[in-house]
Amino acid sequence: MPMEFDPVLLARIQFAFTVSFHIIFPSFTIGLAAYIATLEVLWITTGREHFHRIARFFTKIFAVSFGMGVVSGIVLSYQFGTNWSRFSHVVGNVVGPLIGYEVLTAFFLEATFLGIMLFGWNRVPKGLHVFASIAVAVGTSFSAFWILSANSWMQTPAGHEVIDGIAYPVDWLAIIFNPSFPYRFMHMVTACYLTTALVVLAIGARYVYAGKYPQDGRTMMRMAIGLIAILAPIQAYIGDAHGLNTLQHQPAKIAAVEANWGGHPPGAGVPLVLFAIPNEETESNDYEIAIPHLGSLILTHSWTDGFASLKDFPREDRPPLLVPFFAFRIMVGLGVLMIVIGWAGAFLLWRRRLFETDWYVWPAQFVWPVGFVTILSGWFVTEVGRQPWIATGILRTADAVSPVEGWAVLTTLVLFVIVYGIVFSGGLYYINRLIVRGPTGSAIEPPDQGLPSQPISGAREAARAAIQHPGE
Amino acid sequence: MVSLGMEYYLPVIWALLLAVAIALYVVLDGFDLGIGILFPFARSEVEKDQMMNSVAPFWDGNETWLILGGGGLLVAFPLAYSILMPALYLPVIFMLLALVFRGVAFEFRHVADTSRFLWNIAFAGGSTLAAFFQGVLLGGFVQGMKVENNAFAGGPLDWATPFALLCGLGVTAGYALIGAVWLILKTDGAAQARARQHARLLLPVVLVFMGLVSLWTPLAFPRIAERWFSLPNFYYLAPIPVVTLLLAGFVWRWLERGHEHLPFLGVIGLFLLGYLGIGVSIFPHLVPPTLTVWETAAAPASQVFMLIGTVFMLPLILGYVAFVYWTFRGKVRAGEGYH
Repeated sequence: MPMEFDPVLLARIQFAFTVSFHIIFPSFTIGLAAYIATLEVLWITTGREHFHRIARFFTKIFAVSFGMGVVSGIVLSYQFGTNWSRFSHVVGNVVGPLIGYEVLTAFFLEATFLGIMLFGWNRVPKGLHVFASIAVAVGTSFSAFWILSANSWMQTPAGHEVIDGIAYPVDWLAIIFNPSFPYRFMHMVTACYLTTALVVLAIGARYVYAGKYPQDGRTMMRMAIGLIAILAPIQAYIGDAHGLNTLQHQPAKIAAVEANWGGHPPGAGVPLVLFAIPNEETESNDYEIAIPHLGSLILTHSWTDGFASLKDFPREDRPPLLVPFFAFRIMVGLGVLMIVIGWAGAFLLWRRRLFETDWYVWPAQFVWPVGFVTILSGWFVTEVGRQPWIATGILRTADAVSPVEGWAVLTTLVLFVIVYGIVFSGGLYYINRLIVRGPTGSAIEPPDQGLPSQPISGAREAARAAIQHPGE
Repeated sequence: MVSLGMEYYLPVIWALLLAVAIALYVVLDGFDLGIGILFPFARSEVEKDQMMNSVAPFWDGNETWLILGGGGLLVAFPLAYSILMPALYLPVIFMLLALVFRGVAFEFRHVADTSRFLWNIAFAGGSTLAAFFQGVLLGGFVQGMKVENNAFAGGPLDWATPFALLCGLGVTAGYALIGAVWLILKTDGAAQARARQHARLLLPVVLVFMGLVSLWTPLAFPRIAERWFSLPNFYYLAPIPVVTLLLAGFVWRWLERGHEHLPFLGVIGLFLLGYLGIGVSIFPHLVPPTLTVWETAAAPASQVFMLIGTVFMLPLILGYVAFVYWTFRGKVRAGEGYH
């Protein structure tokens, strides 16, 4: 007899794994498509060839990332049924069309015009190529629109009625523009642009530091820093607004994020817990470091007002604590880091010393994962924080699972980990190879000029010289 | 207000739309999976490049029809989706994982040099397994599943029957055939000659599989025998196998006479006839043998909302898909660059 496995837990691990893997690629390609379209527009309006070269270079990286996004996305469109069949049945009437519209308005647009974007450089007129790139960028944004609408509806359902346990649509506009959707959409799209900008910054810094393709590397750094300096603080503002929206509609999630057990004396307000190990047994925080009143100030914009604490919810309606609590702190910490990266870079650009400032350029080579980690942290906050519900107030996660035996789910989980492990390693390896080959416009690797971690001093001198005498 | 008429017609319209989406998927991804199946028989890396480049601009778009198939089922028939997917759990996920491998192989193989052979294997293996499991899914669907209280009530291996495995092999052969006639259309020289040879070998094999499935289904499933052999159905339906055989004869002649376009169109015709035959056997069931399209349909409000979008978007999508195929028309020649 095979061992008994908990199918709900296994299905959750499997979905968390496949969806986390998938989100990495759209996070990057949504921003990258917009970046490539921008470069191409700059190219045809200014006529400067290096915009074309950089666009072509990033198109190759886009191809690898987009391919991984497509194949891991197809998996998700089937997993709603394979692993969460009760979910599909109960909320399919409402969530189904949102996903259907994503396929019709976004997926075909991106996947079809991608062919022209990747292979059409010598086949179609310039203007048409630019159009294809814009179509792909628009497609990725439409896709984000619909899938975030579906996710937001699951978090904050509206515009529906439940009859005999099945959700039916009543008002499509209220469903699509449900209470958390505008915040989530803005927050995620901004996060995608920031993530892409950090990757572009890292690649540019790598070229500038090694003194390879200095002109292209500098353009990449300039454009990325400009975007980060503006978007990172805006993102902090959007995030704050999103948090207030969550407090209103999903107070248990905020109570978990803040590890707020309540019991504060009147007038004391709620402190901001900087660090703690929330303890679900004792219903209190261990090792707590907190700043008095700051929690109230951030979430209620007052000195003394309280907000819902975990104890206001029955135990079975509370989300797990550790993941939302820590993931939130990682997200905010990295968000602050982005503001620092953007503003320090912008300051150095303004002082015209960016490209000679080693303390900035050297570490900037390694910032490419920052956006991805931040996005994953944010999704862990919001997805674990809305438990135990899969569709808030309508269906619990534990009741949403498919009637599939545990061993079958375990088998596929193991296969997913193996296959995605191989594919992810391959993707990173080959994207790195494309970066090493650089924006030369040729697919042939230059002889023995791989980017070393220790730069060749000659190359560095050459880079310096190039900066002194631009236009080489 | 939703009238009773709508509740009757909407699920039928949606069943037809889904059938069209899946037919488009089978034809379009069929030939690009078929190229993966034929990949190991190419004699050189140059020939392999030619094969892959013949589908490289299209494969992303082709696979999107598969998302529309899954998504469309969720949208229009959520109950059917919630029963079919758990019932076919393992083959669905095996198929998806195989598609992951062959999908990334396009980009990885292009960037790789010393590790290229690994992605050749991933492309060929992934394509072949994906085709095989799609056939298994077809067999598992046709043979039906155990349903209680609107939920799948069987075990994870219920699908694994000789019939489903036969369908798996049949679809693999079919995809290889359509891949071969696509290559006749898109390549020249040695690659085209080899494709012609493969097509002549595969055409009879595919016909044998179609024949076996056509005999097996009425013998094993009385509901299907009833559909085909009761009168007057028999008179209306008899043309399907007759036309199939005639068309197969033409395809053979076109292959012999060196036509480039006609074999491809002919094989698409064979696919559609086989598909029609399956449709005749199944309709109006969506979860054979218990639930029909009406019993599994989404709320009329959901089907209408989605139908409005589909009526506007589908022609647009078909338009730009056609435009991209037109942009990349003509032969792929040896040594012509990737991106």
